[in-house]
Amino acid sequence: MQLELRADVSTQTASGVTPLLSLSGVTKTFPGVRALSDVSLKLYPGKVTALVGENGAGKSTLVKVLTGIYQPDDGDIRIDGQPVRFPTPQSAEHAGVTAIHQETVLFDELSVAENIFLGHAPTGRFGLIDSSAMMTRAREILSSIGGAIDPGTTLKELGTANKHLVAIARALSVDARAVIMDEPTAALSHAEIEELYELVEELKRQGKAILFISHKFDEIFRIADFYTVYRDGQMVGEGAMSEVSEPELVKMMVGRDVSQIFPKRDHNIGAEILVVDDYQHPTEFADIGFTLRRGEILGFYGLVGAGRSEFMQALFGITRPSGGTVKIDGAPVTIRSPADAVASGIVYVPEDRGRQGTIGALPIFQNVTLPSLTRTSRKGFLKLAEEFKLARAYATRLDLRAASLDTDVGNLSGGNQQKVVIAKWLATQPKVIVLDEPTKGIDIGSKAAVHDFMAELAAQGLAVIMVSSEIPEIVGMSDRVIVMREGRIAARLDRDDITPETLVGHAAGLGETRR
Amino acid sequence: MTASRGIPDRLRTPMERNLKSWESLLMLVAIGIFVANSFASPYFLNAWNLSDATFNFTEKAMIAFAMALLIISGEIDLSVAAIIALASTAMGAAAQAGVGTEGLVLIGLSVGLLCGAFNGILVTGLGLPSIVVTIGTMSLFRGISFIILGDQAYRGYPPDFAFFGQGYVWWVISFEFVLFAIIAAIYAVLLHMTNFGRAVYAIGNNATGALFSGIRVGRVKFILFLLTGLMSGVAAICLTSRLGSTRPSIAFGWELEIVTMVVLGGVNILGGSGSILGVVIAAFVMGLVTFGLGLLNVPGIVMSIVIGALLISVIALPRLWSMWRAG
Repeated sequence: MQLELRADVSTQTASGVTPLLSLSGVTKTFPGVRALSDVSLKLYPGKVTALVGENGAGKSTLVKVLTGIYQPDDGDIRIDGQPVRFPTPQSAEHAGVTAIHQETVLFDELSVAENIFLGHAPTGRFGLIDSSAMMTRAREILSSIGGAIDPGTTLKELGTANKHLVAIARALSVDARAVIMDEPTAALSHAEIEELYELVEELKRQGKAILFISHKFDEIFRIADFYTVYRDGQMVGEGAMSEVSEPELVKMMVGRDVSQIFPKRDHNIGAEILVVDDYQHPTEFADIGFTLRRGEILGFYGLVGAGRSEFMQALFGITRPSGGTVKIDGAPVTIRSPADAVASGIVYVPEDRGRQGTIGALPIFQNVTLPSLTRTSRKGFLKLAEEFKLARAYATRLDLRAASLDTDVGNLSGGNQQKVVIAKWLATQPKVIVLDEPTKGIDIGSKAAVHDFMAELAAQGLAVIMVSSEIPEIVGMSDRVIVMREGRIAARLDRDDITPETLVGHAAGLGETRR
Repeated sequence: MTASRGIPDRLRTPMERNLKSWESLLMLVAIGIFVANSFASPYFLNAWNLSDATFNFTEKAMIAFAMALLIISGEIDLSVAAIIALASTAMGAAAQAGVGTEGLVLIGLSVGLLCGAFNGILVTGLGLPSIVVTIGTMSLFRGISFIILGDQAYRGYPPDFAFFGQGYVWWVISFEFVLFAIIAAIYAVLLHMTNFGRAVYAIGNNATGALFSGIRVGRVKFILFLLTGLMSGVAAICLTSRLGSTRPSIAFGWELEIVTMVVLGGVNILGGSGSILGVVIAAFVMGLVTFGLGLLNVPGIVMSIVIGALLISVIALPRLWSMWRAG
């Protein structure tokens, strides 16, 4: 009750109007992570509320709580002021809460109408699907959102934009009152985005409450009436769009003490070691070129989907680029497979440790020596004593904690698994190490250890590329930063220019969208 | 949890691990069957009879060793028996044309390698699933054999060609048995003691992780298909030599018996684990069961029921045991 009162006081912006949907005091924890901590949110009929925050701020968790996929540990959800619970996705739909996801699952071989009503088709006698009613309803919904699609068409015959309309129609087919749009424009062309804006206006006229999640400032300022900012699972600000500026919004998104406990570093930057020129990919990235020196930590920042990991995997030989050259120590190298990359001295610590970084069912020492077997063996025959020696050397150096070197890697904590991956690559004596989200999902203690170690590696003359979505990490560790947006380099920042504001600004395309 | 300076290399010795292993269980089964057989039939404990019994499994087991590596890596080859048919047909045709023993051996091995390479290219080059590819090539290879031979048979192999399947090295020890033992040793070393074997386990446990660790996954898998094809060629030489004739139905249905042998030997059908020792013991178990039942005049249909029941029970029992212990 108290929470509710406090929330009401803070909503002067919509004075007198009861929110259609409101959340207060909602907390959701996962093992080791507090995804949402005492957050609130209010959606008003006929209004658009923008939810903004960095990657990992808790936006996706919130959407899942609102659509009945996750159950909050604490807090309450109200519709028209009445408390409700969503134990299942269906119960959220019945209450009129629906979501349009970034990638809604549709079925190519089914008709448009069947796609729209899959799982809740109107039924007639004997529980059979009433096809004509379904067609009529589908046509009504499609025309209400301005789509001239025949509901009898097979979905695979439609283009991307029309498929998107079907996804929206599907979301609205459940008599939606509150519509959640989770980055709806991420995969759309410019013209399609314009059509989406018109659709949002139409939904507003119909009195629906809309939650609009987006990283793009231009669209937030264009269509939202209210904003709510989340940071690290907490709500840090809300209000009317008309009373906030872009810089203020950015400050709320990132505004934390960036000077965390990052290691002090000597910047002994040496000779140029890696030169990437004009790297191209048909769909994921274009025109990537940069140089890297010994002893340097080069940060790669960008939003999820900006093409950073895709570029790194091409550099490591997992995928083939369609063009571009790589030089190591001035000599051109051809990288067609990870084995080639390792042989040239480029190694990659992937973001997905369980699937890509380690082989969970093999013991620690075998994981560590896997890329170095030619050095620990003689004429192709294993020498276990050499393997244990090598594994022990790097386990000690990284302060790995485990019951024995024969323990399966899958049984280790995330931080220790990450140490195994790093040990595996250091044992190959690389020239360039690429770390993709090196501290994602690992505990604070291991995080600091990874940061210290990264600094130590750079000090010893290794060239480090760090892909990270964590702003404090980028600011605290990088000598230079490349910001990527939509598959291209959006900015190159030198040490003094690396601030949370510049990073977020370039990543979201802030400067360019301002008119 | 100890600091890394204090991390021991191992907590259990390899010996301790092995004592509680699948192989030990299987060894007990093998001894049990041996004892039961010697009570059931007075003809069982006879050196020549036991020697004859080894022919029940030696040729299949040669392929099973290569198949074990392939299954550990997460792939499978169901065309092995059809490769035997094709290789045998090729040898038969060559013998007809007057090719000598050395030439026949060369042809048998080459056909095996070529068939293995064909499977390997389809799986690793085009990225097709091996189970589908090798079901296809199973029909293809044997189909060619049928087209060439129809309801005819090739006979008339050179006299000294008979040694591979009918010759004895010393007393009751057949050439085939010696070859089986040598191949078993080679594959045990390859799988358990070389970098190549380590890569096979890594790929079978997590092919993506292995690729991201710089293992040339495609190359390793291609070599495994080559080896399976080569072993099918070796088995084709032995079997053709033993039978002295080639029909297109030669070795019909062997692929399933070979896979059964591999799985009975403790190789995980989903890949990632298994040992050559297990396959060796499984080969003996299957040979002893077939031989023992044969001495008791049990018909072949019943034998395959017994083998099937043995496979299911040996695989299900440990699972039931752990479920029972877990409550």
